[in-house]
Amino acid sequence: MDAIFLQVLNGLDKGGAYALIALGLTLTFGTLGIVNFAHGALFMLGAFCAVLFNKIITFSVKVKDESITFFDAYKEQPYLEIWWGDIGSTIIDYSIPLSLLFTIPVMLLIGVIMERGLIKHFYKRPHADQILVTFGLAIVIQELIRTFFGANPIPSSAPAIVSGSAAIGAWFGLNDSLVYPWWRLIYLVFSIIVIFAVFVFLKFTTFGMVVRAGMADRETVGLLGINVQKRFTIVFGLATVVAGLAGAMYAPILPPNYHMGMDFLVLSFVVVVVGGMGSLGGAVFAGFMLGMLQSFASMNEVKAIIPGIDQVIIYLVAVIILLIRPRGLMGREGVMDD
Amino acid sequence: MDKKNNISNLTRRGFLKASAATGVALSAPLFFMQGAYAEGKKFRNDPGSAKTVKLGFNVPQTGAYADEGADELRAFKLAVKHLNEGGGMLDTMKPSSLKGNGILGKKVEYVTGDTQTKSDAARGSAKRMIEKDGVVMISGGSSSGVAIAVQGLCQEMGVIFMAGLTHSNDTTGKDKRRYGFRHFFNAKMTGSALGPVLKDEMGTDRKAYHLTSDYTWGWTQEESIKETTEALGWKTVKTVKTPVGAGDFSQYITPILNSGADVLILNHYGKDMINSLTQSVQFGLRDKKVNGKKFEIIVPLFSRLMAQGAGDNIKGILGTTNWNWALEDDGSKAFVKAFGKEYGNPPSQAAHTCYVQTLLYANACEMAGTFYPPEVIKALEGFKFDGMGNGPTEYRAEDHQCLKDVLVVRGKEKPKSQFDLLEIVKQVPRAEVEYKADIFKGDLGPYEVKS
Repeated sequence: MDAIFLQVLNGLDKGGAYALIALGLTLTFGTLGIVNFAHGALFMLGAFCAVLFNKIITFSVKVKDESITFFDAYKEQPYLEIWWGDIGSTIIDYSIPLSLLFTIPVMLLIGVIMERGLIKHFYKRPHADQILVTFGLAIVIQELIRTFFGANPIPSSAPAIVSGSAAIGAWFGLNDSLVYPWWRLIYLVFSIIVIFAVFVFLKFTTFGMVVRAGMADRETVGLLGINVQKRFTIVFGLATVVAGLAGAMYAPILPPNYHMGMDFLVLSFVVVVVGGMGSLGGAVFAGFMLGMLQSFASMNEVKAIIPGIDQVIIYLVAVIILLIRPRGLMGREGVMDD
Repeated sequence: MDKKNNISNLTRRGFLKASAATGVALSAPLFFMQGAYAEGKKFRNDPGSAKTVKLGFNVPQTGAYADEGADELRAFKLAVKHLNEGGGMLDTMKPSSLKGNGILGKKVEYVTGDTQTKSDAARGSAKRMIEKDGVVMISGGSSSGVAIAVQGLCQEMGVIFMAGLTHSNDTTGKDKRRYGFRHFFNAKMTGSALGPVLKDEMGTDRKAYHLTSDYTWGWTQEESIKETTEALGWKTVKTVKTPVGAGDFSQYITPILNSGADVLILNHYGKDMINSLTQSVQFGLRDKKVNGKKFEIIVPLFSRLMAQGAGDNIKGILGTTNWNWALEDDGSKAFVKAFGKEYGNPPSQAAHTCYVQTLLYANACEMAGTFYPPEVIKALEGFKFDGMGNGPTEYRAEDHQCLKDVLVVRGKEKPKSQFDLLEIVKQVPRAEVEYKADIFKGDLGPYEVKS
């Protein structure tokens, strides 16, 4: 029972990340018709926004390290600690949550530049061209990050107060020793909030209404005299911000490394396809579902019956779903049907 | 009609010309190769009367181990500098035939290759360095899969391979080669070194759970550690293979919480180890109590670079390492001083092994008085030396594995400096980690190879 409970949490947690990435991916596809293979790289960029923010606030002065006698070594002391003492230390401790304030404008800017500078030239090109150019872009971004930040993962800690585990067993009247990392619970709640916010934005604002109308029939909306293009640029920026936020918050779970985007990209594409190309609800549902499936398939009891199932489960389920429902779980008619 | 004839004539003549050209072209490489083999004993890339000799350093410059590769490359460059100008361990190595004037009077030069931590890319770059750059020796590493692949190639091509960081038993076990030499220790030695310390610190009644990287190094390490712990009386609850580069290990960690195990053994390296350890600590494993005992995590193969990546999570965790910069012997001190002066930070264990390997190869050439590989190999086989940071060391002739002391280390609770991450728990003497070469299958192969 305990094991199942933990795997449910694991699945929801993983699913939260998948859903957030897939949400942005399907949003760009649904609105702009762009298959964006650089979306994983945007997730990675988000994580590195957190790293960069941390580097900025821990900008340090080099002090001679007296403990090293073999050669001249220097250690670093952050200016923030020198100037503000304990308050400086607290700000550094909370660098991940604070980095969200930095991530949002940076990612929005990156998104808008990317759309205006590159993506817009590929709206009318075949999907194969879009895939090639965005995949190439992903590799460029990845190598740039590697050049500046190195190839090793960069450990990023959550604030000390939530870096341990929560005694969730006691909360639910289960085994007292049942614990789950605080930050993963926070991530789950965070992903639900972001998903909810995106839905509210698209459902209950005039802007969202136009975007949704544009998704359904771009030509008619254009004929009504609405500048769909401008709004779609903002949508692309929005998708970039969502991916970036997902990445920044993921930094304490998975120490950011330049390759983390690629690891998530393939999975998110499967999530989008299973959920139905262009369907926001489908992406979220499929994200959580596949996260959960993957989590359960990793249980030793399941692996004892079918060895190696944890490696293939997502793809297996994707194949079955696409055989039964070629449009995906919530795919709309007419999207990618041609 | 004329046109047709023309074409027909041209084709026949063209054919003859082409045949002649092809003949010349095909015979050319043989002609040049014969030149290379002309003097005395024939061997590939003989520097002959040239004033310089070239070494090839094949390290991961991109990919997940790039930072480790960068440190190896720094060590190689320093080794070349010391070989040409003296200094560093040249002053402490005993016995030494090195004079600080290159190798056999020839100035040492080097070329580098990028393994990308992929076997095929590593073989490709090694082949290029051998065929195009004419190197007499290849060194480098950071993955056992890569080391084994390159070692095989070097045997085929008759060029000596001085392995860098590779820890799988197979490198000098079932996949050992006459042209391959390993200074680094291996999983079997890690097991033997850790055993007594584990017994002292954790007792004989423990239940272990393994998470293992799913490739040659992970498999052999799991096997060796399991053998050691089961001999202590520990039970192995479960061994789970994880894909290399899994990233998120949470789904592998949660089953441990209720498995009844009270020890987790992480057979992971590099990025995988940083992630799995960080996540294990986040899941509360380090603070957990199971079966009335404190839950323990063991990382059998440690490196300072990895410890840096894992941050605070490494504190208190036991493992082994080939060498540490805080050692106080003359060789280590000379090396750390030279390396620190050059680069501003102490060398990693990967850097140390690469530096030592380069010097050992150069010394063997001096001892043999030639670059002719079979003679150099014979000089290295059974060579006993000291003053290179690991105490008295021997290159065992039977499997080309260096036998020396192994360090058991622990993540330091209160580091004195940014580099002071590991404390040495025990320097396990060679006698306790030594094993018979014939416990592993495999054959070294011939001294002479036709290439």
